[in-house]
Amino acid sequence: MTTTAPPEAPRDPGEWILERAVSPRRRVADGFARAWMIGSVLVALLPLGFIAGYVIYKGIKVVDWAFLTKDIPIVTQFPGGGMWPAIVGTLLITGIASMIAIPLGVLAAVYLNEYGGQQPLARVIRFMSDVMTGVPSIVMGLFVATVWVSSGLHLGYSSFAGSLALAGLMLPIVIRSSEDILRLVPDDLRQASDALGARRSRTVVRVVLPAALGGIVSGAMLAVARAAGETAPLLFTIGGASRAVNLHPFHGENTALPVQIWDNAQTPFPAAHDRAWGAAFTLIVIVFLATVIARVVSSRFALARH
Amino acid sequence: MTATSPASDTRRKAGDVWRDRSFRAVALVAGLLVLAILGLIAYATTAQAWPAFRQTGFSFITSDKWIPSQNKFGALAFIYGTVVSSVIALVFAVPLSLGMALFMTELVSGRVRRWVTYIVDLLAAIPSVVYGYWALTVFAPPAQRFYKHIADTIGTLPGLSHIFGGPANGTSFMTAGLILAVMIIPIVTALSREALATVAQDDKNAALAMGATRWEMLRATVFPRVRTGLVGAVMLGLGRALGETIAVALTIGANHQITSKVFQPGDSMAAVIAHEFGEATGVHRSALIGLGVVLFALTIAINMLARFVTNRTAGAYKAVVRA
Repeated sequence: MTTTAPPEAPRDPGEWILERAVSPRRRVADGFARAWMIGSVLVALLPLGFIAGYVIYKGIKVVDWAFLTKDIPIVTQFPGGGMWPAIVGTLLITGIASMIAIPLGVLAAVYLNEYGGQQPLARVIRFMSDVMTGVPSIVMGLFVATVWVSSGLHLGYSSFAGSLALAGLMLPIVIRSSEDILRLVPDDLRQASDALGARRSRTVVRVVLPAALGGIVSGAMLAVARAAGETAPLLFTIGGASRAVNLHPFHGENTALPVQIWDNAQTPFPAAHDRAWGAAFTLIVIVFLATVIARVVSSRFALARH
Repeated sequence: MTATSPASDTRRKAGDVWRDRSFRAVALVAGLLVLAILGLIAYATTAQAWPAFRQTGFSFITSDKWIPSQNKFGALAFIYGTVVSSVIALVFAVPLSLGMALFMTELVSGRVRRWVTYIVDLLAAIPSVVYGYWALTVFAPPAQRFYKHIADTIGTLPGLSHIFGGPANGTSFMTAGLILAVMIIPIVTALSREALATVAQDDKNAALAMGATRWEMLRATVFPRVRTGLVGAVMLGLGRALGETIAVALTIGANHQITSKVFQPGDSMAAVIAHEFGEATGVHRSALIGLGVVLFALTIAINMLARFVTNRTAGAYKAVVRA
């Protein structure tokens, strides 16, 4: 039996050179660069650790069954009450926004990748959806407030108005992430489907979209996570004064966790601050869950990168 | 598999053609929605802001007198606050983001790289209201003592007193800028990484084979190639910082003034909208929507410029990823 030497780990030439004759000046410069890179990661870790740690520390003391299930108190000055209506509001508003933005976003991505290609119109739409990801959330809120809530259609505050604003923010994210995934679907699959005589629409629905499903879901969940944490688009659209659960999307004011944090943060009362931390903890759990689901889905159904 | 007669085959084809065209049309409409929404935002907000624009004229962006009770609406102080807090954010975020991106592309691979990616994702996942609330209640009090210390030392030096001079305030341009920095690190890091990934490993190896240290290799082969990509990344970060509302509204101090001192409180366009729009009526309301128009125009212009710059390098990146 012959023994083989354990395979040597591939050497990093950037490390290798430092074992050779390198002048102190060059060595120090390289050392500084390395310290900068490692230091950046450590410094960026600090705020994440501090914020997440503090929210958990404060949140755990506040969040209990009553907090999660009771209505929001009318007077925020004193302890008691809960956040149930805001939790329901966040899930309802984000849910409706997702039902609007995800199908439309995937369809737009299908147009861009399967039909438009490099045509001028498709390039313009692609470019503008990139630009649209940069529209400030407060502007989207103002827009819905002016055309839907008050001045334009006079429909008043409602969950649906908030959903519209969130959907506007989600749409470009869904489009761009979905298109990136569709682009990764191998052309072999499309050609095989074409060869069997399937029309393009059938190919898209039966072959391309199923192949890309994992990536699309993952991108959509990241958009959901971003939308669920937004405050500014909801401030002038859902009213926020609701203290009890309102499940009607088109009628009556509603509230949401970010709005509750914003409102309670601006009062001087310790009980309100506790409630804000509890709401922050609950919100972060929801947002992180959406992020983790996105990660798990994308690794489960990862499309082989070609 | 059942064989179909030629007749039913053609019938189905006719139906398929119709289905195919309508599917394509629906997809196209969804795509056009992007253009429609952007156009509608521009039109609807400008129309609503028109009364204020007509009344104030050009002084809307050149005057710093914002006194709703006297019908005076000059947004200069808010524009100033938006820009200053965003620039402070860039000063801190850009070196950190670039350092992180280099860490991920040059120093580590595999598991460590994945973990750092998760961390950046989590930073991006924290809602802005949580950032703002944390900065207001936990960060601002000790920050004020630290600012005061700087103001008492560096702030007394001639020249620097205009920037770091006292009095120091816990909620200020600096606090808003710092929290914005943390908030834009994820996007700047991700886009810097995309830019760095466009440089071929062969080119880097060539530099290393010539005896360059890692840093010399970066300066010789990587940085010259990715300059435009990094500029795009920084500009997109700037666009995010300019438009951020809630975190800034809670930390900038809500004091409308123009001062070069970074430890002083100020106000930003987005923050003023968030604070005042709920109770505003008439011209005041219209002026606040006008702030939204200015903010929209500013962020759209920066984003278009940034995308224009990054798209020129994006093709190369996609090629690398596919290879």
